[in-house]
Amino acid sequence: MAACALELIQISKRFGLVKANQDISLCVPAGSIHGIIGENGAGKSSLVNIIYGFYQADSGEIRIQGQPIKIQDSKQAIAAGIGMVHQHFMLVEEFTALENIMLGAEGGLLLHEGEQRVRQRLAELSRLYGLEVPLDTPVNQLAVGVQQRIEILKTLYREARILILDEPTGVLTPQEADELFKILRALKADGVTILLITHKLREIMAITDQVSVMRQGKMVAHRVTAETSMPELAELMVGRKLQQSFERLARPTGELLLQVRDLTVYDRQGWLRVNKVNFHVAAGEVVGIAGVSGNGQTELLQALAGILPLSSGEILFAGQTITAQQPSNPARMRDLGMAHVPEDRHRMGLVLSFAADQSSILGYQRADKYNQGWRLEESVIRHEYAERAEQFDIRPRDPLLGSSHFSGGNQQKIVLAREIGAEPSVLLVGQPTRGVDIGAIEFIHQQLMTMRNEGKGIVLVSVELDEIMRLADRIIVMCDGMITGEVSREEANEQILGLLMANALGVGVNEQPGSSA
Amino acid sequence: MKVAHVNQLLSIVLLPFLNLLTAFIVTTLLFLMVGIDPWEAAKILVKGAFGYEEGIGYTLYYTTNFIFTGLAVAVAFHAGLFNIGGEGQAYIGGLGVGLVALGLGALLPAWLLLPLAMVAAAVFGAAWAAIPAYLQAYRGSHIVITTIMFNFLAASLMVYLLVNVFAEPGQMVPASRAFADSASLWSWQEFMAYWGIEFAASPLNLSIILALICCVMVWLFLWKTRWGYELRTVGANPDAAIYAGINPKRIIMLAMLLSGALAGLVAVNELLGVQHRLLLGFNTGYGFAGIAVALMGRNHPLGVLLAALLFGALYQGGAELAFEIPSVTRDMVVVIQGLIILFSGALEFMYRAPLQRWLLRFAREA
Repeated sequence: MAACALELIQISKRFGLVKANQDISLCVPAGSIHGIIGENGAGKSSLVNIIYGFYQADSGEIRIQGQPIKIQDSKQAIAAGIGMVHQHFMLVEEFTALENIMLGAEGGLLLHEGEQRVRQRLAELSRLYGLEVPLDTPVNQLAVGVQQRIEILKTLYREARILILDEPTGVLTPQEADELFKILRALKADGVTILLITHKLREIMAITDQVSVMRQGKMVAHRVTAETSMPELAELMVGRKLQQSFERLARPTGELLLQVRDLTVYDRQGWLRVNKVNFHVAAGEVVGIAGVSGNGQTELLQALAGILPLSSGEILFAGQTITAQQPSNPARMRDLGMAHVPEDRHRMGLVLSFAADQSSILGYQRADKYNQGWRLEESVIRHEYAERAEQFDIRPRDPLLGSSHFSGGNQQKIVLAREIGAEPSVLLVGQPTRGVDIGAIEFIHQQLMTMRNEGKGIVLVSVELDEIMRLADRIIVMCDGMITGEVSREEANEQILGLLMANALGVGVNEQPGSSA
Repeated sequence: MKVAHVNQLLSIVLLPFLNLLTAFIVTTLLFLMVGIDPWEAAKILVKGAFGYEEGIGYTLYYTTNFIFTGLAVAVAFHAGLFNIGGEGQAYIGGLGVGLVALGLGALLPAWLLLPLAMVAAAVFGAAWAAIPAYLQAYRGSHIVITTIMFNFLAASLMVYLLVNVFAEPGQMVPASRAFADSASLWSWQEFMAYWGIEFAASPLNLSIILALICCVMVWLFLWKTRWGYELRTVGANPDAAIYAGINPKRIIMLAMLLSGALAGLVAVNELLGVQHRLLLGFNTGYGFAGIAVALMGRNHPLGVLLAALLFGALYQGGAELAFEIPSVTRDMVVVIQGLIILFSGALEFMYRAPLQRWLLRFAREA
C-alpha cells in the first residue's frame, strides 16, 4: 500500500459534554479516493473541520506526507496542500469564476497581472482534468454542478494535493454526480489524494478505493471498497441490522383528494417558481415530487399549504376551490384537513426556543381541545405530547426540554407526530429525512407508509431519489418550476429520473419565461 | 447536571448576579478614585433606599414606574419588537389621564372617575404605540426608529398642549390646574391609615398594586393563553408563525398596543397618585430605564419586578447619597445606573462562555 498522504493519529475532540470525535485514527494512502461514511451526527463534519483547521483537536496528531503538522487555521491547511470543497459553496455569488478563484490569492497590488497568471494556470488545469468552466460569467448565473467545479479549481489553483469533499452530491442530479466522479478519477490518476465525506452508500461503492465508517464519534471500521458491500456498510453505520422493506398494501387508489390545475406561483422576490403545474393526489397513494433542490418544489409545497399565494391556477381540496382571487391561508388549510411537514424544520417546523410540548401544538394552538376559555390547557397538551412521544419514540421523553436540544431525527419526529396526529386527509411532506439518522429514517418511512395504507394522500417532496423511489406510488419530476415528466413506481429508475430532473427532454424550453408578477 | 440545566442556572441566577457584582466593583473603584469611602457610600445608599419608611416609600414609588415601562419593553420584546418608545407612550398616557381628570373630574364620583382615567392612560399609551406598530406591520418601517421619533413627537406635542391649552390663564407654569379631589388615587399612607396602620408620607400610592397585578396579567397572557403563545412564536420564529397560520402583522399590532398601554400606566402613578395635575416631563427617564429593567429582568415579569426594585432603590438611595455626601453628584448616581446597564445589558454574555466551560467541567467531575 502506498504511504499515507494524510494520517490521523488518535484525534479526539469534544464540545461541552459531547464527544464529537474519539481516538480517530486514519490513514489515507497517497493517490487514492478514500470515503468516510456515517450517519448525521456521527462526527464526520467535525473531523474534516479539524483537518482543515476550523477546530483544534483536544488531543492527537495530524501527519501530512509523514510529517507531523499543527493546523491552526485554514491558511495553514492550504499551505500544507489541503483543499476543501464544502457542502455549501463558499463562493461570492456576484463574482465571476475567475474572481472567485483569485480571491485570497490575488498576487500583487493590481489585479491585472494576477488575472493573466490565473487564466494561464486554469487553462492548464482544465485541460488536465476536464474541468471546463466559463471564467467570466457571474457565479450566480451558473448551474450548481459548475459552481462545484469552480470550488474544486479554487483548491487546485492553490496547489492542493489532498482534496476533501464534504457531501458533494447533495445538490447534484445523478448525471452531474457522474460528471463529478469522472473529474475525481482524473485527479486521482494525477496523484491527487481525495477524501470523500458522504452518507450515501451508492457513492462510496461507485468511486472510492477504501472506506472508513464512523459511528457516534468513533471510527468503527476500515474496509477496502471492493471487498465490502452496501448492506455491510449500512449495518456498520447504524450498528445493527436494518429492516429491508416494509408492507405496501396493494390497493386501488380511492377518491380524488387534491387536484392542482395550472398552478403558478411567484416567490416573495417576484421570481416565477412554479409554472403551470398540474397533478392530483388520490386516497391511498404517495405522490413523490423529485427534482434537484431549488426547482420550485419548496414553493409548490408552500402554495399547497397556504403559505405562498397563488398567482394563477387553482387548487381543489376538500370541496373548496382556492385561486388567486379566493386565496387561502395555513390555518384554513389545516382546518380543511391538510397537514404539512415543512422542508426546513428549524426555520418553520419548530420554534427552537420553545419546550417540546409547546412546539408540538404549533399550528394547532387554536384547536378546541387545547383551549379552555382564555387558557391553554397545559395538562392536556403535555398529556398528548407524552402519548405521542411514546408512540413515535421521541427521545428524550422530557416534554419540557427545549426543542433545540433534540437531535435532528427526534425533532423531525416531533413535527411528524404533530402533523400525523392531526389526522389529515392529505399530508404534505418536505425532505422528511434530511439531517435524520438512519434509524429514524426507517421509522419515518414506516409511518408515512402506514398513513398511505390507511387511505390518506401524501405529497412527498425529496431530493433523495432513494427515498422517492422507496415510498412513492407515482413520481412527478420538477425542473425550473415545471413538471418535466411523471413516472409510475414500476417504471422509475435513476436514469429516467435524472434525465427528467435535468429536463433533458426539453419540456417548455420554447416558452418564454414569464415576467415577474 | 445536563447542558440545559447548566444554561438555565447560568442565565437566570449566575449571570445577572455576576454582572451586577461587576458593576458594583467598578463603582467601588470609581468611588476610590474620587476619594469617597465606598463602604460608607454603600451604607448610605442602602439605608436611603430601605432604611426608613419614607425611603422605602420613595423606592417603591420609583419601582412602580419601572415595572410599567419594564413590562412594556418585555411584552414587545417577546414579539421580537424593540419598543424604545415607552417614554413617549407614558407621556401621552398622561394626556389621557389629564383629559379625563380635568374634563370629567367635577362630574363623576371617584369610583367611576379613577378607573376611567386608568383606562384612558392605557388607551392613549396604546394609541401612541399603534402608529409605529402599523408602520412596522404594514409598511416595514423599523419599529426602533419610529418609536424613537415618536418620543420626540410626544414631547413636542405635550409642550404645545401644556403651554397653549392646559396652562392656567395668567400662570407662567406649563402645567394644568389641579385635578378634582375625586381624581386622586389613595397614597400608601392613606391606604394604611384605613387599616389603622401608620405609615410615613411618601409618593407611594395604590398604583403599585396595579403594577403588581400587571406583572401577573402579563405572565398569564404570555405563557398561559393562545394569544401569548402566538405572540411568542412570532418573536421567536416568524417563519414558523406563518407556517402555523399566525398573522404576524396582527401580532405586531397586538404586542405594541399592549406595550404602549403598559407604558401609559406610568401616568396613573405619576399624575393620579402624586402630582394631581398634568405637567411637563413627569415621564422623564422612566421609558428608557424600562429597557434596562426588561433587559436585566430577562423579559420575565418576575425578573422585571426584581430589576425594577433594584432600579427604584438606586434612584432613591442615589438621591440620598447625593444629599449626604456633597462630592457625590447626581451624575455619579447616573454613572452607577449606567454601569449596571452596561454590564447587564451590553456585556450581558461576557461571563457566559468561561462560566459555562467551568460549570460543565465541574458537572463532569461531580
